[in-house]
Amino acid sequence: MLVTKYVITSSESNILPSDIAMKIYGSKYDVTVKETCMGVTINGEEEVIDELVKEIRALDPAGIFIKDRGFPPGDPRRCRGRRGGGARPGFYMIESESKMLPMISRALSSEGEIPVLAEKKKPLSPGRLQEIIKEDLS
Amino acid sequence: MAKVIVYPPTSTILSDLVARMGHKALVVPEAVRKLVTESGIDSPPLNMTPEEPKKGLRYAAVDVPSGVRGRMSLIGPIIEEAEAAIIVEDPGWLTGCAGCSRTNELVRLLIRTKGIPILDLAYPSDDAEAKVFVHKIRSFLEGLN
Repeated sequence: MLVTKYVITSSESNILPSDIAMKIYGSKYDVTVKETCMGVTINGEEEVIDELVKEIRALDPAGIFIKDRGFPPGDPRRCRGRRGGGARPGFYMIESESKMLPMISRALSSEGEIPVLAEKKKPLSPGRLQEIIKEDLS
Repeated sequence: MAKVIVYPPTSTILSDLVARMGHKALVVPEAVRKLVTESGIDSPPLNMTPEEPKKGLRYAAVDVPSGVRGRMSLIGPIIEEAEAAIIVEDPGWLTGCAGCSRTNELVRLLIRTKGIPILDLAYPSDDAEAKVFVHKIRSFLEGLN
């Protein structure tokens, strides 16, 4: 079965989408690759893609993120070149999460103690608010 | 290897972390792939047949908006398959498959009432939170083995 995956690089990674594309071009694998602004899209048989994903991840284990994609690369139903421009559906999610990827990369590569987080302030409960109002009015 | 449903069901970070820790992430793109790449497309551009709305009806009543039922026809079967779940609080910028608030409420409810192990998290906003985020996911997934 043909599967498609996004390979997304963290903005702090030393690996560029073009590096990944060149590695795939030079590999033995029979896959389709499309370079994008945030990484590459790869398409091929499931077993082949699984093997390839392991090799790509090895380029920068903490800085490369991989997710599934439903549509094949360049699919006219999603390709913005065929739809009159604009971001394709689904890009906004990737864009939003991309901003967090450097943090996640640093967390994945860090070894050591896990910091203890201070408890976040919670909004005042309605019950407590009622108590305050009663105290002030009495 | 456990089948772990992630919420948001289109999340790159969550599906990657689940996969790199040796489990299978259950995500919407897999369900979409079946509809858009199977041969013999009945109803272009997507392979929507009368069966899809019927699948959605298993999770939401007929008077529920069609967008909810349509989304549930994709996400519902994934929830049934799940053996564990990672839920990240609604970040406020969900779009596309995950862009319907009512569907998202229903998805979270169905996951929570399924009785599977669940990890609740919030997206990190700094490095310390990111470390805790990754640590919690790693510990949770190791516990599933």
